[in-house]
Amino acid sequence: MSEDDVDRIDRNRRHFLTVATIATGIVGAGFAAIPFLASLKPSARAQALGAPVEVAIGSMQPGEMVRVMWRGKLVFILRRTDEMISRLSDELDQLRDPNSEIVEQQPDYAANDTRSVKPEFLVVVGSCTHLGCAPIEDFEVRPSDHWSGGFFCPCHGSKFDLAGRVYKGVPAPLNLRVPPHRFVRDDLILIGLDAGAA
Amino acid sequence: MKWIDDRFPWTETMKYHITEYYASKNFNFWYVFGVLAMVVLVIQLLSGIFLTMNYKPSATEAFASVEYIMRDVEWGWLIRYMHSTGASFFFIVVYLHMFRAMLYGSYKKPRELIWIIGMMIFFVLMAEAFAGYLLPWGQMSYWGAQVIISLFGAIPGVGEALVEIIRGDYSISDITLNRFFALHVIALPLALIGLIFVHIVALHEVGSNNPDGVEIKDYKGADGVPLDGVAFHPYHTSKDLVAIIIFLIIFSGVLFFAPEMGGYFLEHANFEPANVLATPEHIAPVWYFTPFYAILRAVPDKLWGAAMMGGAVLLPVFLPWLDRSRVKSIRYRGWIYKSTLTCFTISFVLLGWLGTMPADGAYVLATRFCTAIYFAFFLLMPYYTTLDKTKPVPERVVYNG
Repeated sequence: MSEDDVDRIDRNRRHFLTVATIATGIVGAGFAAIPFLASLKPSARAQALGAPVEVAIGSMQPGEMVRVMWRGKLVFILRRTDEMISRLSDELDQLRDPNSEIVEQQPDYAANDTRSVKPEFLVVVGSCTHLGCAPIEDFEVRPSDHWSGGFFCPCHGSKFDLAGRVYKGVPAPLNLRVPPHRFVRDDLILIGLDAGAA
Repeated sequence: MKWIDDRFPWTETMKYHITEYYASKNFNFWYVFGVLAMVVLVIQLLSGIFLTMNYKPSATEAFASVEYIMRDVEWGWLIRYMHSTGASFFFIVVYLHMFRAMLYGSYKKPRELIWIIGMMIFFVLMAEAFAGYLLPWGQMSYWGAQVIISLFGAIPGVGEALVEIIRGDYSISDITLNRFFALHVIALPLALIGLIFVHIVALHEVGSNNPDGVEIKDYKGADGVPLDGVAFHPYHTSKDLVAIIIFLIIFSGVLFFAPEMGGYFLEHANFEPANVLATPEHIAPVWYFTPFYAILRAVPDKLWGAAMMGGAVLLPVFLPWLDRSRVKSIRYRGWIYKSTLTCFTISFVLLGWLGTMPADGAYVLATRFCTAIYFAFFLLMPYYTTLDKTKPVPERVVYNG
């Protein structure tokens, strides 16, 4: 080898090695990041605590409402009377989303006139879609106020009907959310899982 | 880039510290441990942050929270093992880093301050490891802390008050755990990072030493670049990258296949929750403290044992002044230093092993003997380094590449 050969830098080789090393490094960093990022997901304990909740509804009277917790959230189960069910179509023109067209707020089987699997039982998350306060029951009918019964949020005055549908002219933008749920038996509701899931 | 440079010394800093920082071209593998220490620091910071997301610093919840991380948090077991393996590797790397300085005289003028800052980093690292070890709140965590903290009680006069102030309570308790958590997660890491920064600034001011102990700045080319130097980037960075990868391979091997290292990295006694009423049969600190622990136990007196242990940890600080040799690198020293360094190294390792053994019978004798060698190495150094017949040191670095 002559003096010249020793001094000449092979730039192509250098470039290849640099790019190859950086590429491998990025892949390595990606693999290394996985455990850290994955550890941010809900842990096994959180998932266990977030498991579906069974609620016995056999002893519920018509017009009665029961509150349960699921995944740290309040869920209302209301056994509507026939009268309440018939009143559901009274104030449709006052509602923002009377036909439950916004799909995120309820599973398919609740995208109906009663927003429920069975017309009698309303299951909704008791969290106002404005900023999350728990709405209070207001089932008394006041025709002069065009109020056919429903829920009233004390924080900023949002109103929802007996199917959890939000009224126009209030701060809340969406209907109350219907969680995935199914009837295990006629007297037992499972909140957290659809009929389709195992 | 000009926009940034007009407002921040970016390019200037890159040049001074990286692309135009010249280090000797004859670095050998002893010179990778500084960078590896930084890699381990990053591993500890990252794994530590993610552990803190799930750990509970309370006497009632700590142990269970570690088990929660190991079993219920996704990949929690890996993050925990990274942190425990990293702690041991931190000390392996740091001890080897310090040993390099002893081989090549890297603590000698004008690098005394780098050495002193480095020793301060070592002290903070020991405190950090000690505080961290309490956090799992296992049997060894509790009783190890009990033993070491009560050592401070040996200090005449202020001892007992000092112990109470450290504990924050009349015995080691939830209060102690909480404050050690604060020290381990915030105070000491900040101190560590600050000291490491200063350590590197001091190094760059003087320039790195090298295995021949020759000052490369003595011979510069017409362009002001030391003739025996090569730019840190890209030459030393690429070489360090190879070392980092090899290190990570070894680290991963331990991490995935032997994180407990037979009870040396994760001690068996610590798999039991702390029990205030029952001390484990066999108390030993984690392996990296055992040499000093052995020295402590070798002396049959509470105050003098503690003093000797403290002395053993502090003595290396004075190396720049104890070492009277005109020669930096072991390559050019005489047989006396080579022998004493060998004896010292063997004693240190033996002391480490002895520290894990029960303190009785022949072990006591062996420990006292090794302790004597340890202290003699330092205290007699002014004499034997003066006497030592050194070889002539070359003007320029010896490079066969």
